[in-house]
Amino acid sequence: MFGLLFSLKSFTAKLDPINGDNAGQAGKGCSFHSFKTNTYKLSYFETAAGVKFVLVTDPRMGDLREALRNIYSNIYVEYVSKNPIYTPGQPFRCELFESTLDAYVKSL
Amino acid sequence: MSTIYNIFVINKSGGLIYYKDFGSIAKLDTNDSLRLASVWHSLHAISSQLSPVTGCTGIELLEADTFDLHCFQTATGTKFFVTGETGAAGVDLLLKSIYELYSDYVLKNPFYEVEMPIRVELWDLNLATLIRQRERTSTGK
Repeated sequence: MFGLLFSLKSFTAKLDPINGDNAGQAGKGCSFHSFKTNTYKLSYFETAAGVKFVLVTDPRMGDLREALRNIYSNIYVEYVSKNPIYTPGQPFRCELFESTLDAYVKSL
Repeated sequence: MSTIYNIFVINKSGGLIYYKDFGSIAKLDTNDSLRLASVWHSLHAISSQLSPVTGCTGIELLEADTFDLHCFQTATGTKFFVTGETGAAGVDLLLKSIYELYSDYVLKNPFYEVEMPIRVELWDLNLATLIRQRERTSTGK
């Protein structure tokens, strides 16, 4: 999965018809926010720190950029980043994060 | 307001057999277009493996920040994909029409070898007409 997302990102950066190739510079260049197949839709959001959020849904779902941004800023930052015993970059198991995320995703 | 930037046709093994630029600002050179075509072939294959349910046939629409990529795969594995402005409508139909032109002018050409690069004048002409028509109807001129 990571390989696919990474390659897709460099692919879109290279293919970008407006600004051309900025792929070499980190955080620059044209990224992508979703792709759709006949069986699923994958939405993708990358934070400035390089944390990536991926949401796999039914292909009929609409634009989920807001939802991912909300998951990041209102759930991830609140319950994971602000958790004093969490070491950034490490896998996390956080009950509050999971229950809030569950409730939010069910409300979508 | 629905410009088409590029058209790619790739054969079933991922080789680029046709590429045409229709007015993107940043042009791709030949090497890049060949490379990107085969990268797309693999991404398409991986995406169908990643599906949570069975029966996935690969990416149909990729939404990037500055463009949309629409892809159409035929039953024989030839893939047509176009990049266009974000939110462009009717590109799926356009891809079907491109496929129609391909079967009419390329596959029915007795001198054309399947899976080989497309160098067919009638296909070129008709493709250009199709794109021009589309631009005209979408801008309302």
